[in-house]
This record gives sequence, C-alpha cells and structure tokens, in this order.
Amino acid sequence: MAKLHVTTTINGEPTEFLCEPHHTMLDVLRDNLGLTGSKEGCGSGDCGACSITLDDRLVCSCLMLAAEAEGHEIKTIEGMAEGDKLHPLQQKFLEMAALQCGICTPGVLVAADALLKKNPNPSETEVRYWLAGNLCRCTGYDKIVRAVLETAAEMRGAAE
Amino acid sequence: MSEMTNKWIGTSTIRPDGVDKVVGRAQYAADSTLPGMIWGKVLRSPHPHAIIRSIDTSKAEALPGVKSVVTAKDIVDFSVGTPVPLGIQDMRWMCRNVMAREKALFHGHPVAAVAAMSADIAAKACELIEVDYEVLPWAIEIDDAIAPDAPILHDFIKFEGKPSNIAGTLEHKLGDIEAGFEEADVIVERSFDTRPVHQGYIEPHACLVSVAADGKTTIWSSSQGQFMVRAMTAFLTGIPQSDIRAIPAEIGGGFGGKTIIYLEPVAAMLSKKSGRPVKMVMTREEVMRATGPTSGAKSMVKIGAKKDGTIVSAQATHYLQAGAFPGSPIRGACGCCFAPYDIPNVYTLGYDVVSNRSKVAAYRAPGSPIGAFAVESTMDELAEQLGIDPLELRLKNAAKQGTKAAHGPVYPVMGYAETVKAALAHDHYKAPLGKFQGRGVASGYWFNAGGESSAQVNITEDGNVVVTTGHPDIGGSRASIANITAELLGIDYRRVSVLIGDTATIGYSNLTGGSRVLFASAMVVTQSTEKVIETLKGLAAKIWGIPADAVTWSDGAARPAGDNAGKFEPLTLEQLAARANESGGPIGAGTQLNTTGAEGGFATHICDVEVDVELGIVRVVRYTSFQDVGKAVHPAYVEGQMQGGAVQGIGWALNEEYIYNKDGKVDNPGFLDYRMPVCSDVPMLDNVMIEVPNPKHPQGVRGVGEVPLVPPLAAIRNAVYNALGIRFNSLPMSPPRVLERLDAMREAAE
Ligand code: FES
Ligand code: FES
Repeated sequence: MAKLHVTTTINGEPTEFLCEPHHTMLDVLRDNLGLTGSKEGCGSGDCGACSITLDDRLVCSCLMLAAEAEGHEIKTIEGMAEGDKLHPLQQKFLEMAALQCGICTPGVLVAADALLKKNPNPSETEVRYWLAGNLCRCTGYDKIVRAVLETAAEMRGAAE
Repeated sequence: MSEMTNKWIGTSTIRPDGVDKVVGRAQYAADSTLPGMIWGKVLRSPHPHAIIRSIDTSKAEALPGVKSVVTAKDIVDFSVGTPVPLGIQDMRWMCRNVMAREKALFHGHPVAAVAAMSADIAAKACELIEVDYEVLPWAIEIDDAIAPDAPILHDFIKFEGKPSNIAGTLEHKLGDIEAGFEEADVIVERSFDTRPVHQGYIEPHACLVSVAADGKTTIWSSSQGQFMVRAMTAFLTGIPQSDIRAIPAEIGGGFGGKTIIYLEPVAAMLSKKSGRPVKMVMTREEVMRATGPTSGAKSMVKIGAKKDGTIVSAQATHYLQAGAFPGSPIRGACGCCFAPYDIPNVYTLGYDVVSNRSKVAAYRAPGSPIGAFAVESTMDELAEQLGIDPLELRLKNAAKQGTKAAHGPVYPVMGYAETVKAALAHDHYKAPLGKFQGRGVASGYWFNAGGESSAQVNITEDGNVVVTTGHPDIGGSRASIANITAELLGIDYRRVSVLIGDTATIGYSNLTGGSRVLFASAMVVTQSTEKVIETLKGLAAKIWGIPADAVTWSDGAARPAGDNAGKFEPLTLEQLAARANESGGPIGAGTQLNTTGAEGGFATHICDVEVDVELGIVRVVRYTSFQDVGKAVHPAYVEGQMQGGAVQGIGWALNEEYIYNKDGKVDNPGFLDYRMPVCSDVPMLDNVMIEVPNPKHPQGVRGVGEVPLVPPLAAIRNAVYNALGIRFNSLPMSPPRVLERLDAMREAAE
C-alpha cells in the first residue's frame, strides 16, 4: 500500500514523515521519528502513557492516526522543557519524588501541563479527575497530585 | 550504625536518574533500536488446553519480509523427568512456558514466533502459521482442577500416588494445635477466596536482542534482573552465559512480574536465525493473557482464643493457583499469615494447584496478601466475638523479640507492636464516621531478603564518585545509594552518580525483588566505599610521609589523626583525586557478597470506606499505613512504596480480577475492563514510618517494598463490614458483588 506523506509541526519544528494509513501517531513518534518519550502502556486509550497535545488539546497518541497530524501542531514530552530549563512541573515532580519507575511520568506531565493551562487553580478533586486517564501503578497517585497542586500554586505566585 | 547525625541518609534527595525520566529521554527496553533491526511477534494458542499435533510454518516463511520463524524445536528442551532449578524457577517449566511444547496449556500460550521487516508483516505471518490442535477439556478454577475427574495438565505430576493437578504442598508446624484448641474459649473458623490479580506494571514486557554470527549476544530488556535474564536465556538457547551480555534497560514497573522471562530466548533465536537484531514488545492484551498474574486462592482459617483475648491455637490451609506450571507462592501464604502474632500452637498447610491459566509470577510479597486476607479477616471476627477492639487484640498477641514464628525464626528486635500502638494512638483511629462509612484494620508481614550483590565505587580524576551496582532500579533505589555513599564519604550527594551495571561490567547480583535491593546493595556499597576511604587515607599518608593509621577521614577530607601525627592541612577528595596518579594510581574498590541478616518487616493499616448503597461502589475515603521500615534512607521513596502498595491493595480488594468466559479465555485482558485504581478512585494516603533499625545492617535497612501490599485486602474488607454489617469472604468487592449482597440483605429485611 502506498505510504501517506504528512506535513506537521512537532514541538515547534516543521516535520514531515511517511506512514501507513493505519499507523497511529504513537507508532510514528516512537518508530519513525525517534521521539520515544511517549510510551505505549495499553494501545487502547486507557492508560495515558502516550499523552500528547494536538493543537493544545490533550489526546492519547495511540488513538490518533498519524495521518491526522497533517497541518496540525503536536507537542510531546520532549518539547516540555525549554533547552536545559525544566518546566516547573518537571522540577516539582523531581523534588517531590512524584515518580517511581517513571514510565507513566511523561504522560502524566503532559496531561498535568494541559490541565494547568486550562485551569491554573485546580482543586484536588479536579486534579484527580483530570488525571484519571493516566494510570500509575507505582505511586498511589498521592505524590503526583501533591506535585501538581504545588506547581500550580507556585506558577500562580510567579504569575502575580 | 553511627550515632552521628546524618546529613544525607534520611533525607529526600533528588534522584540521580530523575531528569532523564521527566524529559522523556530515559531509555526503556522498547525505546531502543539497532541498525538493521527487525520486529518479532508471537503466535499464541487460541485454546486453553490442547495437544499440539503439528505446526506448519511454510506459508509464513514464504511471506515477503519474513526473516525467521521459531517454534519449540528451537528452544532447548528440558525433559520433565529431572528438575533443573535456576533460582526459584525450574527450567522444565520455563522452556515450556516460553514456547508450548507437547501441549498448549492456556489461552495465549506462545506456540511460534516470527521476525520480519515490520511488526505488521510479522503479525500477518503469524496468521499464516498452521497449527493442528487436539482440543482437550480444561480446568480454570481451583475446585475444577482438584475435582476427582479433573482434566490432568501434566501426567507426570503425582499427588498421593495418582496423576493430579496438585503439584506440591508445604506445611509449617509449631506446638500442638489440637491441644491448643481445647484450651480455647472462642473459636472462629471461616473460608475465603481471592481472584488472580495482575501486577499491572504500565510498561509491557519488551526486549531487543542481537545475536552476532559468532554467537555473541546482547540483550536489552525490561527485567528485574539482568543476571537472571542472562542465565535463563543461556539455558533456553544453549548460548554460553559468557557470550551473553544482558543490559538492564530502565524498567517501567515490575512488582515481581518481571522476575522471569518471556521474550528474550525467543528473540535470541529469531535473531540467530535471521542474522538481524530483533525487537519484541508485548501488547497489553498479551501481558494480561500470558504473563503474571499472582494466584487466586481458597483459604480456610481457624483461630482459637481465651476470653481475655490470648490466642492459643491457629490453623490455616491455603490452596493457591499456580497457573499452567507448578510454583505458586505457598511459602508466602503459609509463612507470613500468622507471622505478626505470638501463638504457641500453629499449623499452616499450602497446596500448589496447576490449572489452565497463565503461569503465575511473583507479585509484591508473593502469597502474603492472600494469607493475610484470610487470617486478618478472621481476626476481625474473633475480636468482635470476644468484645475486644481489633487493634487491642492484635497488640495483646503481638510477636516481639524472642517470639518463635511458625515458619522458623526466633524474632530479633522488631517493630510490629509499635505499628499497632501507633495506629491506636493515631487520630485517624478516633475520627468520627458518617452514614454508610466504616473503618477496618489489618496487619501484615514479609520476610525480606538478602542474597548476592555486587558494587564498584570509583573516584573520578576530578574528585567525584561513580557507584555501579547490579540491581535494576525499579522505584528510586539509586537515590538511596547516592545518599549512603555521600554520607560515608562526607560529600554532597550530587557528586555521586549511580549506575546500574550490565552483566559484563559488574559482578553477579541477584534480582531486584523481595525487598532486598537496598538491604543488599547498601552493604556492598558501604564496604566498597570504606575500602575507597582506606585508599584515600593511604594516599594522604604517603603525601604527608606519615603512617596510614595516623590519618582519619571526615567531611570529605583526609586529616591527621591528632597533634602527634603532625600538622597538615586537610586533603580533600578532589585534591587527593587530582594527585592520585603521582601518589598511587586509580582510586576504586569493588565488593561482592552473599548478604545475610535481612529481617522481616511489619505493617498495620487503618482504612475508612464509604459505600454507595445504590450503586454498590465502595470508596476508600481515608487511609493510613503504619510500618516498621527499619531505617528510611530516602523517606520520600519509602512513602512512595507504602502509598503504591496500599493502592494496589485497594485495587485487589475492590475491583481487580481475571474474568474467564465459558471457553476458558480471559474476557477482560485490557485496562478498560481489568479495572486498576485511577487517580480519582483514591484519597491522599497518610504514612507513619516507624524506624526500628535492623541491627545487622550498616544503615539499619530492613526492606520496605513488599509489606505495604499485605494488610490492605483485609483492612478494606473489615471496613466494609463495619460500614454495612456484611462480611465479604471473597474478593473483589466489586459493585455487582456488593449490590448482590445488599439486595439480599434488603430482601431479608422485608
Ligand atoms: S498507550 Fe495510549 S492510552 Fe495507553
Ligand atoms: S511511576 Fe511507575 S507507573 Fe507511575
């Protein structure tokens, strides 16, 4: 079958790739583009380890066809830090030990970032429901939720 | 242990491997690629039990893009007659689990594998493989497997002289239980059952294997032990261990489930036959069907006590599912279930039962949560019958230093009673409860372990430190190692890098598992660092021209021991490192040890639930864990273990279970229907760390990772009883099951 040619923007870089029509964005990120920060935990939209944003909307890249990236803007965990400056969420996750094995961490960070962009002052309940699509088997979520709340508070402080 | 105040040990430093993990750069097994790499896929049995009459791979081999095909013929055959043990595994079962040989024994059992230019082609080729099966009757549940007319999985397994699905038994005895029960005023006897649950690590099994034309083999894989990977792959492929280099990738969770291998020997044979590196990654469905889980079980418990609450006799029988091959965790169930208590007469008996399910693998304190669920639930009822507070009953019977446990040891200094006292004193235990809310408690024990470990500590020319150990870091152990090394050397922890060595670069080390890693690696790191300090002192002595024993080491520098040693300015680690080449050469030391002195860990949990009586949903609303952690070298990651274990327990108690359909297949092999707790299912989790240091360890480490999964099952079940007055002796307490009991209660009330 003929491959599709896709023109898109990934983490601010104009990017072109070829893919099969049935390939997911996650397949292409990981296997064609070497962006392996997005993880495959389930391939069915149930774990959030593959979370990316498509035009600033949070999506599971395992549920998105790669061809759908045409003309759109994609951001992945690899685009979260600016140069060697970590995003405040990344910094806080490190400081508060909000990761153990770390396999869920890229997806959780991308999802948490999307939350704070939408709602800079979430309640604990809002954080918990927003992150309900990101499975973590190691942490029991406690430290993740605390790190997100604390980052939000700091970012609000910095913004004032 | 030194009485000095610690600067790094006991502080929650930032882990040395953290930045790579938060920017998405850390390399997990599925993230690796090699030049010329191709993709492997496994064909799996569609039947739960079937004789494999023949396999025809010719059509698959003819498909363009296919590079190699492997079946059981390519895996070393260990005949069933003689045991070939490797650690706790037996190669007779491993070779048949990795690739079905005479029979397919569960739905999802690997039958053949293909490597091709793309994963799509490999999957297509699998469909072209023709397998001639003779389908046999199957047994999934324990009762079906031990029934007199049960289909027998393995003819060679005999029990009481006859072919059987009971593959083995284990018993522990202390005193005389019959005499004990005669003395009892109250006896409670109950039966329980639990369903198999999966470890549920978020990263599926994956590996990348390259076998060169001369047989030199490199393996990157997601595993809890690179040395285990090397040995098992060597056994199953015939490649000598010295030709295999197993490199531990970062590991995305394991919880015991990655202490055996599934893909590595298959990928090795696909690579050998194709001459190309082969990557294999399981789908989530493959993980659920063909790896893990831990056992489902049936348990019978009988406990007898005097009126004042003194337990005089206790007995438990546990039947545990092993899956398709022998090896369920009966030792954990039988050894741990009464271990928190000082009871004069104890008898436990375990049965290892095979059935047509995937072979079980270790899961966090293997067997212990199952045993504790039965015993701690019975304890709750005993407390009620005696009219004693359930924590007071536990305190009255608490094991302490000098207690003889049924599984063997006489306990040394330990902190079980302290966990119960802390729970009794905690405000959680006194907080008021609302309507349909209830509170439960339970305790738990895990043996912990030591074993083989190796470390190398090297000083760089710029005076920093590189520590290499042999244990995959599954939950932040590198941070603890950095704390310990920095503490001993008296330097900032950020000057210590911690690496995990591969099988070619570091000495033999046993698995990451059993709550043994920090216990064992801290010992070898401590010894290596002490040797390095001796070297550093020797260098300073040489530079100063005084005897080595006239030099001391403190705060990161060599200093003269006293005034008569001479007056010299301290020489720092950096200064000594810079001058190493002129004064004696490289500074480094390694240690290899079979570590001993691990001591058990105990925990007590308090849990509050609220039940939605319309929907049958049980919600955990407050949770507090009390655990004797020995010494918390890195408190935040100790808490992380306690919190993570509690939530796995919440999943086990309330929702997780394998559901088999009438065709003997798992109906819920994905995260949508196999419902692990998500963020919105759980509250914040409180932890009380009680530190009773292990006197046999340089830092007082006991091991902390397993115990947190032991008490939750019964704590939650006891809380549900407290809320509803309904005793669930069978898990999970999922909404349909809770509703069924509520409806029955409502009907009975009408
Ligand atoms: S891999 Fe996409 S949600 Fe799990
Ligand atoms: S840290 Fe391991 S799954 Fe979240």
